[in-house]
Amino acid sequence: MSLSLDALGVGYQRSPILPPVTATAAAGRLTVLLGPNGSGKSTLLRTVAGLQPALGGAVRLSTAGAEPVDVLGMGVRDRARRVAVVLTDRFDGALLTGGDLVALGRHPHLRVGGRLRDADRTAIRSALSAMHADELADRKLVEMSDGQRQRVLVARALAQEPALLLLDEPSAFLDAPSRIDLLAVLADVAAERQIPVLVSTHDVEAAIRTGQDGWLIDPAAGELGELVTGTVAELSRAAIGRAFDTDRVRFDPGDVSFRLRSSPLDGRSSPERHG
Amino acid sequence: MVGLLAAFGWALAVGSEPVPWPVIWQYLTGRSAQADPGTLVLLTDFHLPRALTAVAAGAGLAVAGLLMQTLFANPLADPYILGVSSGASLGVAVSVLGTGSAAATFAASVGWLGQWGTTTAAMLGALAVLALVLLAGRWVRSVVSLLVVGVMIGAVVGAMVSVLLAFAAPAQIQRYVMWSLGSLDGTSGADMWVLLPVTAAGILLAQAVSPSLNVMLMGERYAASMGVPVRWVRTAAMVATAAISGVVTAYCGPIAFLGIAVPHLARVVAGRSDLRLLVPLSALLGAAVCLVCGVVATLPGTDGVLPLNVVTAVLGAPVVIALLIRSRTLVGS
Repeated sequence: MSLSLDALGVGYQRSPILPPVTATAAAGRLTVLLGPNGSGKSTLLRTVAGLQPALGGAVRLSTAGAEPVDVLGMGVRDRARRVAVVLTDRFDGALLTGGDLVALGRHPHLRVGGRLRDADRTAIRSALSAMHADELADRKLVEMSDGQRQRVLVARALAQEPALLLLDEPSAFLDAPSRIDLLAVLADVAAERQIPVLVSTHDVEAAIRTGQDGWLIDPAAGELGELVTGTVAELSRAAIGRAFDTDRVRFDPGDVSFRLRSSPLDGRSSPERHG
Repeated sequence: MVGLLAAFGWALAVGSEPVPWPVIWQYLTGRSAQADPGTLVLLTDFHLPRALTAVAAGAGLAVAGLLMQTLFANPLADPYILGVSSGASLGVAVSVLGTGSAAATFAASVGWLGQWGTTTAAMLGALAVLALVLLAGRWVRSVVSLLVVGVMIGAVVGAMVSVLLAFAAPAQIQRYVMWSLGSLDGTSGADMWVLLPVTAAGILLAQAVSPSLNVMLMGERYAASMGVPVRWVRTAAMVATAAISGVVTAYCGPIAFLGIAVPHLARVVAGRSDLRLLVPLSALLGAAVCLVCGVVATLPGTDGVLPLNVVTAVLGAPVVIALLIRSRTLVGS
């Protein structure tokens, strides 16, 4: 099972925000989608998910020994059985428990009437335990920490038993350890379920420490920017610096972090101050 | 369920001519042969339609309110507050005002469109306002701002009704005012053949789309990612809401607060937000609450009758205020 984008047109109302995207994400691996804020990560992800019309091209899912299927060409229900997403959209889940929320993920598999069967309950349990969230099944969403809620949201997507898992900035509101932790769990999920997992994030450091492959949007390259792909190690050598560096901050591939170009002391003793 | 049956019996009993409990029991169990024929006529022609109207109006409005709260992702939405009932009123006014009939309710007065015509006009009016408010909801994200928009639309529609009233005969104006205060007393046995099936169809439609609406609690984009045909489900929910609000308003006038208060009551009772459970529970509770409100409105033991909205407002307004105070977070979002 792998994902391949074939000259996928991404944008709004006929005006593309990226050049046609051609890239692949392998099964069993965590692919991180990197890029500065506003570079089009979310739009690309939503287009792959079929939640936003593509301006052309195809999104193919291929299984070993079977013809690749174009995800964008199928009906919403068929697509929902293959592709699951975790979005940044907020909602009022006042009375929902973790278990209730995860059960919603079974919707594309249910028959008329929406009753859960044994197979559905098994899928819900295994989704929760994959996210180490078994004990959250009976807890109300409003009583969870941000990290716990995010785990349950991912479990909801896993309950869809997707062939492709897409996540848009799932770690945005988490503290630093939780961010690394969540991405590491996602890498495990990709390996256990042998599916491609594609995660957008602007947290480069956490992504490089946990991800295996990377898609990097470099907004400065070319007229509409450019999508560079490779392993995270390859990307961190040069491409990440090109995409993220500013006058004052540069990416240091050696210890995988951003540094000020000059030391704080030098910055303070600027000639203007003395003059 | 037991409470509903008790309320139904109570509603059959009260009136300007109270009927004793044993007679009600005999009537309901079909052993009423030995009862006074006058009492039987009273029950069949007046008290029974009134009680059935209360059941339909209460169950219907509660489900309509539940649907709107889900559609708008807004705990304060209901047909009355967001002007949908006003839309239905306009439909009724357009189809009825100007005809010289003097029957007890507008729907029963058989205007130039006939009884079904009036009901259809009410439903179309309700649908038009619902679509308008839903469209406004695309831009207005704040819960409270949307209420203001709904109130404004209601005001504009009310003004259009006033224009029609300005050219109507005094007797009609008086009747319109009485009708607009809300009443369960105006329906006849024949009206039940319109009111009950339409309300039941609306509730069944709501129940049918409830699994999809559950997913839509997470927002429309999430719902689409889970295979919900969002546009279809939204349309079905709108049609159900408009049909129910339209038909209930046509026969009972715009009834306030039942639509907002009962779904919240159902959530408290159920402790969950699963609409597969909340739709039937709201219908049940709505029917019981409306029967009780109707009984209170007849002021048992006196000759007077209160407008229904007096009773529902006393019951419902505190619920709205409590919700507003408790959900400070919603005001900002």
